[in-house]
Amino acid sequence: MDDILLLDAIERYLSGEMSAEERSYFENLRKTTPEIDQMVVEHNMFLHQIADYAANIQIKQTLHEVHQHLLERGDLNEGGALSPKGKVIQFWNKYKRVTAIAASVGGVIALFISGLAMYFSTSVNDPKLEQLGKDLEVVKKNQQAQVNIINEVTSKIPTNARLLSGGSGFLVDPKGYIVTNAHILKGTGAIVVNSKGAEFKSSIVLIDHDKDLAILKINDEEYESVKSIPYSIQKSNSSLGEEIFTLGYPRNEIVYGMGYLSAKTGFNGDSLSYQIQISANPGNSGAPVFNKNGEVIGVLSTRQAQADGVAFAVKSKNIHSIIEDLKKSDTAFRKVKLPSKSSLKGVERKTQITKVEDCVFFVKAYTK
Amino acid sequence: MKGDTNEQALLKGLAHNDSKAVEIIYKDNFNMIQAFILNNNGSYDEARDIFQEAMIALYEKSQSDSFVLTCQIKTYLYSICRRLWLKRLQQMGRFTGSIDGFEETVAVEEDWENHEKRNAEFAIMDRALNSLGEPCKSLLQGYYLKKMDMNALAAEFGYTNANNAKNQKYKCLMRLKKLFFSQYNIGE
Repeated sequence: MDDILLLDAIERYLSGEMSAEERSYFENLRKTTPEIDQMVVEHNMFLHQIADYAANIQIKQTLHEVHQHLLERGDLNEGGALSPKGKVIQFWNKYKRVTAIAASVGGVIALFISGLAMYFSTSVNDPKLEQLGKDLEVVKKNQQAQVNIINEVTSKIPTNARLLSGGSGFLVDPKGYIVTNAHILKGTGAIVVNSKGAEFKSSIVLIDHDKDLAILKINDEEYESVKSIPYSIQKSNSSLGEEIFTLGYPRNEIVYGMGYLSAKTGFNGDSLSYQIQISANPGNSGAPVFNKNGEVIGVLSTRQAQADGVAFAVKSKNIHSIIEDLKKSDTAFRKVKLPSKSSLKGVERKTQITKVEDCVFFVKAYTK
Repeated sequence: MKGDTNEQALLKGLAHNDSKAVEIIYKDNFNMIQAFILNNNGSYDEARDIFQEAMIALYEKSQSDSFVLTCQIKTYLYSICRRLWLKRLQQMGRFTGSIDGFEETVAVEEDWENHEKRNAEFAIMDRALNSLGEPCKSLLQGYYLKKMDMNALAAEFGYTNANNAKNQKYKCLMRLKKLFFSQYNIGE
């Protein structure tokens, strides 16, 4: 019981609850009784221990609460294991406005650019345009139909090679340089067939997809250079209403067609080509377009899908520019020379055709 | 470098166990420590333990009257965590010889030893309190930890008056003191 009273006195003393009189009495007691003094020191220390212990528990509690709070708010992330919201969801919540704005800006820009591209593009991939190259199936059918002929003539197409497409082409240099459309040459090589059905091996020496023009070179011992090319390649532009004719291979046989020049620009104002009124079919691609004097004014390339007789020809001055490109590309091509004079002026159409047909070839593209 | 006034205010808040200040310090520093622990073979749980331990060390430091933090809170916490995690890794035998982290550190050895000592004392107190048995444990917890007043305690524990409760509390306290000091002095 005395211990408890003493303890109570010490606690009251330490917490300052004693009256001044009691306090001075107690301090006197401490001085005269070392045991009591020791007890006071010890108890003081112990009370501090308990107080610190209590504070430690409280700060731990605070930290725990803060941690949970921040976790719930998404300021902390513990791999989603303890978090009520997933990492992705937190990320989404944080950035959903930014994402929405970015997505709509992106969408608007995409629409705008595709609109621009649609407006300016004169691409032959346009559904309104048809390239006049013949695809594999057409050629195949013809091959099947004409099986006898094919059996008689040993084809120059390498074995195991697959025919891809066909079109027309015409000589621009007697040594065997042929101009055709780039879009015909889908495969790795091509053979050319003349109007008499003789096949010659050829290689692609230049291809320009922008102009849709290509140059083939006949590499065949059986090929005999023509003496001269009867037509010239026009450098200037032709006039509206000019009468035109073409020779090409929409079938395995050379086909004549005629019409007139209907516009100075091509599809959607494409300045690289003319619009012409002519009956054109797949296989006519790459065929020369002549004026009545026998000058090549263009290369037949595409037709408008929903308009009958509306076709487009790449302007002949582009032939001049790709020949220049070819000369620059290799010294071997330095001697390539375009025919400059037409010998067909004032000549009857039938005679013109007879002279020209030997220079127009059926182009068959294949891939190995 | 002396912490700026904002940090001083935060530390003052921490010293008084102000949850607002604790939250700001927590939010500003936890992610860095978590990344450090995760990058060095630790788990999310371990990151939380280590960080809270460092916060307690900082809290203890802030209690002292002569307390001055000579660096940024961030640097201090990182230094403590690094020291603590190194020790944990060694204890668990997971230490691979190097520890990645490019933050600036300050010497925390003294504070660290102090903190360890405090932890040891708290562990003794905890054991002593738990071996008291009821109702002593709850009575002392009510008075010293929850700071309840004697009348309220008497009512809660069913003593007829506050004086009886007080007597009982002293008896319990004497037992606790005995238990504590027997352990404490061995520890010394």
